[in-house]
Amino acid sequence: MQMSVVDYLVLGDEPHLEANACTSCGALFFDRRNACARCGKVGFERRALATTGVVRSYTIIHRAAPNVPVPYVSSVVELDGGGVVKATLVDAGSDPEKIELGMPVRLTTFVCGVDEEGTEAVAFGFTPA
Amino acid sequence: MADNIWIIGATMTRFGRYPDLDCVDLASETALGALADAGATMADMQILAVGCLLEASNMLGQHLQKQIGQTGIPVFNVANACATGATAVRTAMLAIKAGEADMALAVGVEQMGKMGLLGPAGRERAKPTGFERSGRYGTVMPVEGVLGTQLMPGVFAQAGMEYASHHDGVGFEQFAKVAEKNHAHSTLNPLAQYQKAFSLEEVMGSAMVAYPNTLLMCCPTGDGSAAVVLCSDAKLKTLDPDVRRRAVKISASVLTSDPYVESDTAQPDVSTLTKNAAAAAYEQAGVSPHDLDLVELHDCFATAELIHYENLSLCEPGGAGDFIDRRGPWRDGQTPVNVSGGLISKGHPIGATGVANLYEVATHLRGEAGDRQIEGARVGLTHVIGLGSACAVHILEKVAS
Repeated sequence: MQMSVVDYLVLGDEPHLEANACTSCGALFFDRRNACARCGKVGFERRALATTGVVRSYTIIHRAAPNVPVPYVSSVVELDGGGVVKATLVDAGSDPEKIELGMPVRLTTFVCGVDEEGTEAVAFGFTPA
Repeated sequence: MADNIWIIGATMTRFGRYPDLDCVDLASETALGALADAGATMADMQILAVGCLLEASNMLGQHLQKQIGQTGIPVFNVANACATGATAVRTAMLAIKAGEADMALAVGVEQMGKMGLLGPAGRERAKPTGFERSGRYGTVMPVEGVLGTQLMPGVFAQAGMEYASHHDGVGFEQFAKVAEKNHAHSTLNPLAQYQKAFSLEEVMGSAMVAYPNTLLMCCPTGDGSAAVVLCSDAKLKTLDPDVRRRAVKISASVLTSDPYVESDTAQPDVSTLTKNAAAAAYEQAGVSPHDLDLVELHDCFATAELIHYENLSLCEPGGAGDFIDRRGPWRDGQTPVNVSGGLISKGHPIGATGVANLYEVATHLRGEAGDRQIEGARVGLTHVIGLGSACAVHILEKVAS
């Protein structure tokens, strides 16, 4: 059995991210909402986001908790059509010369943990498009 | 316009490691020091504000008061991330502005020990048992290192790289030059945790933590305290001429939080609230960035300092890389930045930092900064930012009282 590691990642045939979109101003959020940070209104609808986007920023992490494999690339990805998300760049290596700001990427998924009952947690990341 | 508020006493401990002392010891030292500097006693204080991030919930302010003068005045225990100390000063200041007090003591203190660069998040995690969704994101296991990083070195690295993505001529070398400068400045400051210069090559070649921030581009953890005594215009007129001569005016005090931006969903925006605070402070004080003789800004990481050159309008829009390349923020440059050594080398005991910035600038304006004195300094700015986020900007001036 598999579970997405966060509830804003929707698995299935076409894995994608889903946001809480403010029905009043359109602002997007990934967390459980009490009201909209931008306009203060309380109505939201679930909205499926694009699986493609561009790298807005990144860092290459060399120092982390002992059981986090390093180096890895953390990035801020701006999705096509709206939504900005933090995620790991998969298969990006650790050479800053090879990672380009503004580079197009697409969403991918990977298994990030297994619990004692054998359930797999599935995370999302991005890979060069 | 309300009356002016003045700093009439200021002191700090050297930042570093004090394993045999506790926060009450460190805070007592600076509180008593600042009172002596102001020629005042606890009996003169009508409010006490104590900033300490890790012990704010322990009634630290009252514990301090019970050591140095238990007079029954209102005590505020303040926590506001890395803006904790500056927020404590502002809390004391607002009580004077409101007319509830005419003299106030504000203390910032922290004892972090050797908690490590990543804090508790740097420790090994337990293996997951049964997956169950929890929290506002419905997570089934910790996602640090899985969905990128939310730890400080990486967050500020990404803030810096975003600036680099919009501006040519900003990269690893420009960020490293910031740390080269601050380490060099710290060699003149006996209160700095580290007082050692490093070449640009050494900065760039030290252990990589979160590209482009190497170890020498990250502030250390540490212990320390700083304190200031504030008073009103009316009170100042009644004080000793020598206290009046050394008084420093708080020309602006601004606290902001981060307004909504679309990218909040990825990580906190450290720029907009800083720009807003700076603009409001310049207006309040009636000074322009060109008037500043020195700036102490929040260089928790070298990438942070570089983007704050622009956020505080110390350089032209897009010009932060050029500003450091032409040594604008060096102590002999256009606008000296972090002549104390900054957080990177002076240290960053969280609650003490914002008060220590005020101590540093006030000491220069008083002409008492010793070897690191910026000659003839009349106007200075301090800036801190705490993630989450909170930003405080103060402008201090040396003017006849």
